[in-house]
Amino acid sequence: MIDRREWIRRAGLAALASGLAPVKALGLDRVTLPFDNGERPLVKYPQKRPMIGLTSRPPQLETPFAIFNEGLITPNNAFFVRYHLAGLPLAIDPDKFTLEIKGKVERPLQLTLQDIKKLPAVELVAVNQCSGNSRGFFSPRVAGGQLGNGAMGNARWRGVPLKAVLDRAGVQAGAKQVAFNGMDHPVSVKTPDFVKALDIEHASDGEVMLAYGMNGDDLPFLNGFPLRLVVPGYYGTYWVKHLNEITVIDTVFDGFWMKSAYRIPDTPCGCVEPGIAPKATVPINRFTVRSFITSLTDGARLKPGRLTLKGVAFDGGRGIQEVAVSTDGGDSWTPARLGKDLGKYSFREWQLPVKLAAGDHELKVRATNQAGDIQPMEPTWNPAGYLRNVVETTRVSVA
Amino acid sequence: MNNRLIQTIVLAPILIIGFFCGATDAAPVSYQLPEETAVLKPGPNLDVAEQNCTACHSADYINTQPRGPRFKKDFWQAEVNKMIKVYGAPIDEADIGKIVDYLAATY
Repeated sequence: MIDRREWIRRAGLAALASGLAPVKALGLDRVTLPFDNGERPLVKYPQKRPMIGLTSRPPQLETPFAIFNEGLITPNNAFFVRYHLAGLPLAIDPDKFTLEIKGKVERPLQLTLQDIKKLPAVELVAVNQCSGNSRGFFSPRVAGGQLGNGAMGNARWRGVPLKAVLDRAGVQAGAKQVAFNGMDHPVSVKTPDFVKALDIEHASDGEVMLAYGMNGDDLPFLNGFPLRLVVPGYYGTYWVKHLNEITVIDTVFDGFWMKSAYRIPDTPCGCVEPGIAPKATVPINRFTVRSFITSLTDGARLKPGRLTLKGVAFDGGRGIQEVAVSTDGGDSWTPARLGKDLGKYSFREWQLPVKLAAGDHELKVRATNQAGDIQPMEPTWNPAGYLRNVVETTRVSVA
Repeated sequence: MNNRLIQTIVLAPILIIGFFCGATDAAPVSYQLPEETAVLKPGPNLDVAEQNCTACHSADYINTQPRGPRFKKDFWQAEVNKMIKVYGAPIDEADIGKIVDYLAATY
């Protein structure tokens, strides 16, 4: 972290660098997300294929949507990246890395990566999705990272249950929450460090995981190498990267990133009328149910006849019960065939053969989860641009 | 041979391989971020905005925000206030108005 003098020096350097830097963005293409001011560079980062660049310092990279049609598992080199603070740990020695477990525990622990890997491993396929995924589609628009639909991904995570580590440390009676801190840090000493917290019951549910593996490989650097929290069904804000500090506390954590940021209206829909400030808020939590067509892009031109529509659906962990598809703008719906079940936290593939006559068609897909939660036909709204899950529409022309 | 001996014979090469893999892993893993290319748009007081805003984050944070009549002076005033009050940006009092004016006029 830096003080004010260093901050001013760096600002001068940044201004100098930006004045001298070539304007072209790494020699790659640009893409335009389908909302105003949606032009983005395609950027190439180490360990990543070309990604949609939202910001560079700190890096925020969005997955090009076509990737989601290639398979149910999002490849490591295409998985989205989201940091909050520009102090990235750019050199990590996995042999020296330690995870500290402290606070209201009987036995404070310092575990090396090797210690963690010696514990019985578990694997789980789970979607990670940014709270602000799809924020760019909000109407009226809201401030924040203007993302399309690519700040999500589905991976097979490998690691150890957080419960196993908490049990070794021995959680003391009266513990209320567990706070998670990673190695990334703010640029200014006055910026709140990125720390998140879960209730002790949630942290000890046996599903919340300390993950070191992703799709059979180490975590990519920008996805939290060498260890990250996996909170199945919960928005990515809780999936703390480069996780090296776990603190059990007997209070409700009141750091900025829990108390003030990442809050949703305390209403059944997590929404309010556009432009209205919520009366009360709660920390964002489980994903809303969503579904997408992945096999066609908006504006596609097709020949009349039969084709099979394909896509993905997911929710916050109840599991997908039904996916229905409309080819007439929502007037009639046909259940799609669900694909292989990789677990209730995973993307679920769906397919439906359809026959399209000549003309313009509005294709829609709508998922229902096992709790009966169904995607709304009209978008909901909240001031921070979270939870988007309106029934998506893909417009195609058949001729 | 007893079981212990079989274990030793079978495990010994694995241990040796393990040792060398461990030795290979010992190097720190470093990551090189690509060069930053986004710049703030030209406008009045560009230098003040550059000195203050881009110390902590890249210019694309600003460039990608929504545009239009709802995203003018009040919007940018709120953003600058947030940077100061929430994120602790050490912006001089005299610069606040200049930065807001730059942002409202340019974006």
